[in-house]
Amino acid sequence: MEIVNFAHGEFLMLAMYVAFFAWALGHLDPLLALPLAVLALAALGWATYHGLIRWVLGGPMLAQIFATFGLAVFLRAGAQFLWGVDFRVVQDPWLGGRVALGPVFVGLPQLAASVAALVAFLGLWRFLARSETGVALQATAQDRQAAALMGVDTDRMYALGWALGAGCVGAAGALLAMYFYVFPDVGGTFALLAYVTVALGGFGNVPATLAAGVVVGLVEVFAGLLLAPAIKYAVVFLLYLAIVLWRPQGLFGRW
Amino acid sequence: MKRTALLALLAAVLVFPAVFTLPFPRHVMIMIFLYGSLAVAWNILAGYCGQISLGHAVFFGIGAYTSTLLVARAGLTPWAGMAAGAALAVVFSQAVAFPVFRLRGHYFAIATIAVGEIVQTLVINWDWAGGARGVFVPIKRPDSLWNFQFHESKALYYYVALGLLLLGLAVTRWLERSRHGYYFRAVREDQQAAASLGVNVAREKHRAIAVSAGLTALGGTFYAQYIFFIDPESVLSLSLSILICLVAVLGGVGTLWGPVVGAAVLVPLSEYTRVWLGGTGRALDVVIYGALIMVIAVLQPAGLVGLAARLGRGRRG
Repeated sequence: MEIVNFAHGEFLMLAMYVAFFAWALGHLDPLLALPLAVLALAALGWATYHGLIRWVLGGPMLAQIFATFGLAVFLRAGAQFLWGVDFRVVQDPWLGGRVALGPVFVGLPQLAASVAALVAFLGLWRFLARSETGVALQATAQDRQAAALMGVDTDRMYALGWALGAGCVGAAGALLAMYFYVFPDVGGTFALLAYVTVALGGFGNVPATLAAGVVVGLVEVFAGLLLAPAIKYAVVFLLYLAIVLWRPQGLFGRW
Repeated sequence: MKRTALLALLAAVLVFPAVFTLPFPRHVMIMIFLYGSLAVAWNILAGYCGQISLGHAVFFGIGAYTSTLLVARAGLTPWAGMAAGAALAVVFSQAVAFPVFRLRGHYFAIATIAVGEIVQTLVINWDWAGGARGVFVPIKRPDSLWNFQFHESKALYYYVALGLLLLGLAVTRWLERSRHGYYFRAVREDQQAAASLGVNVAREKHRAIAVSAGLTALGGTFYAQYIFFIDPESVLSLSLSILICLVAVLGGVGTLWGPVVGAAVLVPLSEYTRVWLGGTGRALDVVIYGALIMVIAVLQPAGLVGLAARLGRGRRG
């Protein structure tokens, strides 16, 4: 959509808080809270588009960057204001412990999150490639005016794009809450990794993003193993810069 | 008329420390000058050349760390450190420019964040430079200009900070009228059109980031000598990068006075909200900040200077 949501990490943080409070107040396991988080975040994405993004779409790029940046600062500080800076943990989620896959032990929540991510990826891919709405969404992303001339309601498509993106983050947040701490700044690193992953694969390309995600994950793990865990993200970002020097459009991007 | 107003403003700023002798008003003014000069430096790259960097804290941190390490580990005067820091920032900016300038728009912004994260992570893990604990500037008494330490009065800090701001403004003013200033703006408006008219886009971008980085690093050294303590969180973090842009955006990007106006509004606002609201640990001041950024982005992307210009036109027309 040619707009980067700099509040992506804060959306993730909110989704994790949804899952946490569903557990703390409603005794719902994060797995059950998942649909709730998806719906809540999709609504937030939709509202963000209508309340904020729509008004800067035609404006200068600076306004677009700072609109979502401001939202990020606002949400992060707002979470700190409402819920404090304490680290919170969902205790004893249904999925816990580990399973043995041959000689390898994998944490059950992590495994579930990976499977869910793959399912979400397949669903999104099929939706974008096969359904009429998905194609209209892609058309809007490629050329707003041309899409509008073809009778696509681009305003609705943008809103849908934001709701979809945020909804996926909702699912990710609920799954992540099973095995990661919840605190106001949790989104930062994840969001930056997400941007770098998407940029590495090539913008607007779902399978390429998955491939880039695998690359980033492997680099992160091996950098942590072979060099030092503390600098693994620096290695990932360095790799990104190196690849950008060679292919600014990303590994599989086309422009 | 305009010249008279400017001279009057300059005179008022020069006599300010003689009238206000308490530390706090002077501190607020020093912060206005410091953030004003940082935003002026950022504005050269982002406002005139159109490359929105969200990693300027790196250059600030290079300035702060270079001078502090030279003072603490080699016993040099901070002024030498200031020159070395600026030089190092320029060199670093040229190296970083190769990958990041291959990207445009939002993707450029993301790449600059990545650069900032890399540098912050490396410094946090660099024990000789203090690691995550940071470094103290060794205190030397009595006050001396040579050691760039003034414990008795903030007046000299005030004039040094003012000097930094005036230097940034002078460079910007010179750029506005020079050939390169026109090239920068051509690159900002349309890279392809600029290239087709014979502007060497890559070289102009490298120039813009060099000037911007050097000026930002000077501010970093000043900060270190003013606060006497630096750590990765305070001089290399993303939030500092954002703050620098925010000052310029609030005032008006791509204008000479915009960053100064932004600093004059935002710094007192943040200093006073910090004093009134900051102690709760609840970050209410930052909530207000975030809301303010969104409101500016939506309602007045040209900043306060743009708003004033529009009001002025409205009255005349």
